[in-house]
Order: sequence, then structure tokens, then C-alpha cells
Amino acid sequence: MMQLKRSILVFAGLSIICGLIYPMTITVVSQVIFPQKSNASVIKKGDVIIGSEIIGQLFTRPEYFHSRPSAIDPPYDASNSSGSNLAPSSAKLWQQVKARVEQVRKENSLPSNIPIPADLVLASASGLDPDISAEAALIQAPRIARERKIPESVVEKIIHQNTENPFLGIWGMPHVNVLRLNIALESIAVQR
Amino acid sequence: MTTGNWLCLILFPLILTIMAFPMGEYMAKVFSGGRSFLTPVLSPVERFLYRLFAVDPKEEMSWKTYALSLVLFNIIGIAVLFLLQLIQGFLPFNPQQFGAVRWDTALNTAISFGTNTNWQAYSGEQTMSYLTQMLGLTVQNFTSAAIGIAASIAVIRGFIRKSAAAIGNFWVDLTRTVLYILLPLVIIVSFVLVSQGVVQTLSPSIEATTLEGGKQVIAVGPVASQVAIKQIGTNGGGFFNANSAHPLENPTPLTDFLELLSLLLIAAALPFTLGAMLKNRRQGVAIFAAMMVLYLAGLGVFAWTEMRGSPLLEKAGVASGMNMEGKEARFGVVNSVIFAQSTTVTSCGAVNSMHDSLLPLSGLVLMFNMAIGEVIFGGVGTGLIGMLSYAILTMFLAGLMIGRTPELMGKKLELFEMVMAVVIIVTPAILQLVLSSVAISTQAGIASLGNTGPHGLSEIIYAFASTSGNNGSAFAGLNANTIFYNLTTSLAMIIGRFSTIIPALAIAGALAQKKIVPVSTATFPTTSSLFIFMLVCVVIVVGALTFFPVFTLGPLLEHLLMAVGKTF
Repeated sequence: MMQLKRSILVFAGLSIICGLIYPMTITVVSQVIFPQKSNASVIKKGDVIIGSEIIGQLFTRPEYFHSRPSAIDPPYDASNSSGSNLAPSSAKLWQQVKARVEQVRKENSLPSNIPIPADLVLASASGLDPDISAEAALIQAPRIARERKIPESVVEKIIHQNTENPFLGIWGMPHVNVLRLNIALESIAVQR
Repeated sequence: MTTGNWLCLILFPLILTIMAFPMGEYMAKVFSGGRSFLTPVLSPVERFLYRLFAVDPKEEMSWKTYALSLVLFNIIGIAVLFLLQLIQGFLPFNPQQFGAVRWDTALNTAISFGTNTNWQAYSGEQTMSYLTQMLGLTVQNFTSAAIGIAASIAVIRGFIRKSAAAIGNFWVDLTRTVLYILLPLVIIVSFVLVSQGVVQTLSPSIEATTLEGGKQVIAVGPVASQVAIKQIGTNGGGFFNANSAHPLENPTPLTDFLELLSLLLIAAALPFTLGAMLKNRRQGVAIFAAMMVLYLAGLGVFAWTEMRGSPLLEKAGVASGMNMEGKEARFGVVNSVIFAQSTTVTSCGAVNSMHDSLLPLSGLVLMFNMAIGEVIFGGVGTGLIGMLSYAILTMFLAGLMIGRTPELMGKKLELFEMVMAVVIIVTPAILQLVLSSVAISTQAGIASLGNTGPHGLSEIIYAFASTSGNNGSAFAGLNANTIFYNLTTSLAMIIGRFSTIIPALAIAGALAQKKIVPVSTATFPTTSSLFIFMLVCVVIVVGALTFFPVFTLGPLLEHLLMAVGKTF
């Protein structure tokens, strides 16, 4: 009986410390010190929120860099993160990938035997991947240059400027944030 | 593989070892009542809490009282979490206005978080209010981790004490774990995570108008505080459905590195705590070494498999057949591999890639890690307990070979300890095989499959290996949010948990009563490389004998069929 009473007391005490004081303190301090980061790193255009810097978006128009395939229905629904969970031996995955490879080749007028960077045709784990590999960005550069009627070198420069390197040079992969690339493209259009 | 890949695979275990040693020494100090740099700040808080809890810190408990307190405390926590989910609709901090969680999901989640499993049949951002995440799930992340650590410390005391009736005070061990170990670590980790972009707010979801003019609702919440403890406590239950693959839970390679280190740190440090408390540091090193050998062996096979890529993808026109399905671009293949290996050897279960989409032999390594009972570092506390049970089994075998009563760390091992150690090792194995066979033989079990063919079998085996071993990661194609899976996995989790902790405390009680046998020339040295080798072999042999048949029909068959181009 004594241990039961203690169990209740200790549980109540630790609940208040770990379940209220701890997360509330972290929230208040984070909101003060890191107001941008603790609020999902939103990007605004005027008063309108156009998204989060670290959450991917769906891009379908040819003049934008395209993100990775998203397994969420609808794609890039940031209130419902998920991967495809398709097995490597799945026939459905096999069909999907073949179709996506064809589509990427067609959109970018690539020859039919050229291999496509894996991340551009395979769905991410979260369905919200904000990034693509530098290779996946570079094969889209000619298309974007053509659509936007700007030199390809300008597009490539934007890619290189936005490439983020791995932590300590080895941890992770070099990647580019698609939303940031597309915002950079927009700002060029405005300057011209 | 590039040089960078190799460096990651070599440097990470090295960094882990360097950090685990001082952490282990620190924990030994905390539990021996010694002073540390945090004592001046925390000991007034600690004394205040004991007064509040009506706990006498000098009181000592027999193993039965210790176990009773632990079980009562754990069950109260599970009951409260269950109720909290049912009434969350009437409570504050619920900006998305989520209603009651379905009863079977709520029961499963309560048991899952209470047992340090954090198997998630639900999708976090679609189900749980902020209050449930904080006051329910975060609390269990602390307490279930602290229970595991406390139990392992009690087991260590069983080896240290001689002719003693008691193995410590559960309330003191629990309070010290939370105050001196978990809280300081999670506060640091939380702030680093937020500084990199992990969200931490109580505001409702954000509505955005995307660059192309679409609508995007971005779920947010008090994420960083939850992520920090789910890594440090080897819990693994993410705020979001995609867990540590979600950009708001793990935004950069730096946070990925930190989350990875966090999930292994305490589990890898505990063998050193054992060594320090025994005043025989070589013993701690020997146990750590056995764990590290198994960790590296699995990592090697796993990395080799994933880096080779998929023959099917290559044929479809994917560059090098690189398997990026279910992986994030900022992490890439190698980091996803290290993370997945680490999260399944410890009973963490947080994921930064979707394990269901890994290649068959990779999945095999992960299932092996969990199936042997989470002893390669393992869950915080329970991993050390599991490995010590294998050590008892090893010494029994060694005793048979040299014809002498087995001893481990100065304690004679007799029938009772052997029986309990075998219960700890065999129960999870029986659980997962029996429950898997029930699932394969029933319509309710088959109907949830996300993939067919041999991979379907893997999905079921993975689910029960994960829940019996209290891991919590999943081949998430399996729809586990059904009454059948919610109830069967609940059973696996609760039996898996208590069939480890209670027999371990019984061993501790029995050992504490014994005298310490002085070392003689006939003593089999348990710090030697021969001991490490035998321990590793026993783990592999037990695992292979138990699971080889079913692994043949699942991942091995899938691997062979894929090689000849067969899909399902």
C-alpha cells in the first residue's frame, strides 16, 4: 500500500517536471532566443506565408526546379508526413520508378539511355524532403534556362551558391533546397 | 563508396566510444552517491523531491520490493496515459481540436510508451494534442527510460554487494536518473535542435500559400523537447509520423549526427558504469567490446548491401541503382544506414529513413539486431541487462567445458540465475515467433500487409521482433492500427518488457546474497578476449538457431528473387 501511494506521488511529481515545466521552459526560451527557427522557419512574401524554408513543396511548372516525388496523398501535405513504404521488390515501385524516369527524361529532353539521379525519381522518407542532390538540380538547369530565357550559366550559379555541404564535410550529402532555388529564380526574373 | 563514407563508418563508432566512457564514469558516480559537478545545483532539488514524495533516501529495498515499486509505478503511468488520450478533446493545448484516440490505439500507445518501445500505430500530427504529446508521451519517455536505467543499476549492485539482502532504493534510482542524467542532457540537446530548425511552439498549424499558389498546411508543435528525450532515452516515438526523417524533427546533417549520438550514448555508457561500480574497469571494457563487435559486424553487412544498390532500380534507369526510396536527400545512403543500424541495436526505434524500403539483406540485419533481444548496446538499462544474461549463459557453457561451477564477476552462478537468464533470453524469441505465426495464419493478420511476397512475411516478423524487443521501429507498410495488431503488439510489448526486468531483479537479489569468490588460477577470466569472443559467438549462435528458418523465407528469399528480376 505504501509503495502504491508513493508510486502515485512520484508519478505526479515527475509528470509536472518532465511533462509541463520542461517542455514549457524549452518553448518559452526557444521562442525568445530562436524566434525564426522555433516557429518552423517560415518564409514570407509581404504578409503572406509562402512556406517553410525546411519543408518541401510541390513544383509542377517547367520554369521551376522540381522537388522529389512525395508519397503523401496529396503530395507535400505537411500535416500528414509519410514515406511510400514500398518494398525494394515491389512491382508497384518498379512501375512508378520507370514512369518517373521516363517523365524526367522527357521534361528535360534527355536521351533515353541516360541514368537519372536516384533522389529525383524515388520518394523521400518524410514525403516532405525540402532538398534534392546537386546532380538532380543540375540536370534540370537546361530546361529552366530555356523556359525562363536566361543563360544556363546563371541557373548553374544559383545551384552552386545554394549547395549545402555535409556536416564536417562528410556527414550527409551535398544538397540544395528546392524552395530556396526557386525563390532565387524569381528574384532574377524581377531584376530583369 | 567514397572516402567520406568510409570516414563516417569509422569515425562515428570512435566518437561514440570516446564519449561513452566519461558518461559511464559519471553515471557510476551518480548512483554510488558520489559528488559531481551538478551536485551543488541539483541536490537541493533532489532533497525537496524526496520530502514531497515521502521517500527516505536511506531506505534499502529487497529485490521483491524493488520490483513491486517498479511495476506499480510503470502501470500507473500506463493507465494515466491511456486515460489522457481518451479525454484529450476536453483538455487545453489542443489547437487542432483532436478528439479522443480510438480505444485500441490508445491502449497500444499507452503500453508502447510505458514499456520504452514507442511503437506507433497512430500518426502523431493527425492524432495527438500538444498536451498529450507533452504531459503524456514526453513524461513516459522520461520515466520508461529511467525505469530501465534504475533496473540495470540494481542488477550491477547484485554483483557488487556481498551477503546483502537489499539492492538499492527504486525511488532514489528513478529520481537520480531523471535529475542528474536525463534532464541535463535533454535540455542541451533540445536547444541545439531548435537552433538548427526543429520547431518548438504551442501555436496551431501554419497555413501557407506555396510558390505555385497551392495551399499547404504545416503541422507544428512542441517538437524539440519531445525529440531530445526520445533519442536520449532510446524511446524513439516521434512527434510526427515520419519521425526523425521529418525536416521539422531532424532538419540538418548536424541534428542528424546529434540525434544519432544521443540515441546511443547512455546505452553505450552503461557497460563502463558497470566497470566503474565493480571497480574492475576492464570488465566494463569487455562487455562494451562484445557489443561493439556485434554492432560493427552488422553495420558492415548493412552498409555493403545498401551501397551496392538495387539491381531493379539500375535496370529502370536510376543512376548506380542507388536506393534512395524512403531516404532523405540531406542524409543520403550512408547516414541512413548508420542511423538504422544504431536505432535497431539500441531499442530506440527512431528512424531517419523508412526501413520498409531498405534492401532485403539490410532488413535482415535490422531484424537480427532486434530479434536477439536488443543486447547490442540495447535499450537504456535493458540492453546491459540482456547482455549480462548472455554473459551468464556464456559462463555456464564455459563452466561445462572446464568442469567447474561457473562464476561471473566474483559471483557463483547457480540454477536460479541460469533459469532467470534463460527466461530473459528466450521469452522475446518465443513471443515473436508465436505471434508472427498467429498473424500469418489469420485473415486479420494478412489483411494489413503493405507489400506481398516474401517481403510481406518480413513485415510481420519485423513488427513482432520490434515490439517484443521493445524497439518500436517498423516496416511501416504494415497497417498496424487495427484491433488485431494493436492487441497482439501490446501483448508482445508488455511481456517483452517485464520478462526482461523482473527476472533481472530476481538475479540481482539472488547474487547480492552471495559471498564474493576470490579470484584463483582456476577462475575463467571474464575480461579476456577469449571471453569477448565466446560472448559474441553465443549471441550469434542463439540468434541464428532461433531465427534462421524464418529469415530464409523472408529477407533471404526476397534477395534471391530480386537478383533474378522478380517483383511482387
